[in-house]
Amino acid sequence: MTPDNIGMTEFTDRPPLFVPDMARPATPPDATVPDAPAVKVRIRGLDFYYGGLRALKSVDMAIHDHRVTAIIGPSGCGKSTLLRALNRIYELYPDQRAEGEILLDGRNILSPNVSLSRLRSQVGMVFQKPTPFPMSIYDNIAFGVKLYRRLTKIDLNEVVEAALTKAALWDEVKDKLQASGFSLSGGQQQRLCIARAIALNPEVMLLDEPASALDPGSTEKIEQLIDELRADYAIVIVTHNLQQAARVSDYTALMYLGELIEFGDTTTIFTSPKERRTEDYITGKYG
Amino acid sequence: MTADPMRFGRRFTNLVTMGASAIVTVLGVAVLLAILAAVVGYGFEALSPRLLTDMTPPPGSNGGLLNAVVGSLIITGLGIAVGAPIGILAGTFLAEFSPGSWLTETTRFISDILLSAPSILIGLFVFEVAVVPVGHFSAWAGALTLAIIAIPVVLRTTEDMLRLVPNDLREAAAALGAPQWKSVVHVSYRAVRAGLVTGVLLAFARISGETAPLLFTALNNQFWSSDLNGPMANLPVVIFQFAMSPYDDWQRLAWAGAFLITAAILGLSILARVLFSTTKEKSR
Repeated sequence: MTPDNIGMTEFTDRPPLFVPDMARPATPPDATVPDAPAVKVRIRGLDFYYGGLRALKSVDMAIHDHRVTAIIGPSGCGKSTLLRALNRIYELYPDQRAEGEILLDGRNILSPNVSLSRLRSQVGMVFQKPTPFPMSIYDNIAFGVKLYRRLTKIDLNEVVEAALTKAALWDEVKDKLQASGFSLSGGQQQRLCIARAIALNPEVMLLDEPASALDPGSTEKIEQLIDELRADYAIVIVTHNLQQAARVSDYTALMYLGELIEFGDTTTIFTSPKERRTEDYITGKYG
Repeated sequence: MTADPMRFGRRFTNLVTMGASAIVTVLGVAVLLAILAAVVGYGFEALSPRLLTDMTPPPGSNGGLLNAVVGSLIITGLGIAVGAPIGILAGTFLAEFSPGSWLTETTRFISDILLSAPSILIGLFVFEVAVVPVGHFSAWAGALTLAIIAIPVVLRTTEDMLRLVPNDLREAAAALGAPQWKSVVHVSYRAVRAGLVTGVLLAFARISGETAPLLFTALNNQFWSSDLNGPMANLPVVIFQFAMSPYDDWQRLAWAGAFLITAAILGLSILARVLFSTTKEKSR
């Protein structure tokens, strides 16, 4: 819970945090849709407690690299709780705890000797409500980068531009980088938050209902963006919107009362689910 | 329309209640306005260019308030310089680092008591610990007294302001891996910057008129002095001394001093209000 054990040195064994697209290890276009995608995160027997309340009941699940995994379910089913366990953001609140295993590339991130700052640079998160910081658009991106790397002004400019470009926001803000983050529209603010996460060059992206506070046009832009980002990250998205899950995701997990009811590829879940409860939920019988 | 006795009764009660509260409100505001009018009336008349160029005079000769104005600025400035950082850091601790713990609750309780403690008690305390042991009055002791009075004011506004920061922002900073202190300094403080400044300004306004605690500590000085180890002139004590005197010219100077303090506090309060309203808008 003390994230001040942050140090610049512990990152020297990592590749640079932001590698522009062309410098990434060559990924041929078809490699973004390999037949057997690697498992990036494996969740095993995950229990979650809010004080004495058990909100997740031994959840087992796999999150694949370069794929979008949607978590759906009625309100209060634990889908956001599951997401918030993946970067341990719940540790901000002393009465919340997780038990079990969450293996990121085989390493259990719930183990107490994991560096929280490093974990959060690997696992980025975007929230339901856009949360620009009270600073300029430029500083919104630079804030996170500066936590991990000491860059010259020129290099920092490049990182900021690359992140904004990747979040499909650069063209809209390149002439007003010094303007306040609040001056942007809701949809732009949300893309700014996505850019902020991208700038740390994470491996996993957690999106907690990223479009539910946005208008349809902005929602479409966010969904397009998710589609593009799949090439570089393992993406987990919590959504209330079944159509959205069907549109953007490769895999879908249905949660109900803290349990994972069914997990499978999105087409199967939406057309021929195995579980009766899944069928009832996606056809609107409850939720 | 049929006569409804209930209806008449209600209307009558309403009229009486409304009338009574209106009269009382007017009375309350009228007293304040009368004070303001007296200060402006007598004070404005006594204003002269010599006020800010000459020292406090002996009775019967011309003079100004230069030493008292400068002394007040020094003592109050020192008091804020010591009190504001302590108040801001303590308020930050209460709002950001340890909400709900017993230490937080105790600190807030003690701070609230300090906020409403008679300032003469604080003056007496500092007199015992900082004047008696060294054997003489000093500007330092005066500044220390004012700092102690400023701390709970700044603490309270800082805590209240930081509670306006949406939790989403803290989560967003934590999700980037920012350590808590960076999240507080770069995100929370920035979000309520104007509010924090407001708290400091309010504290400044509050301590700039304190008289009783300075009587025990900084005392007064007829002459120019920038020696922090000795007694120093200051507006509140000069006003006290001159207003109580039988000399007309001293009394006029007291009014002028009162006018200066009132104008300064009024200006600071208006500035604080303007800043505060912008904070509220931004944090929404």
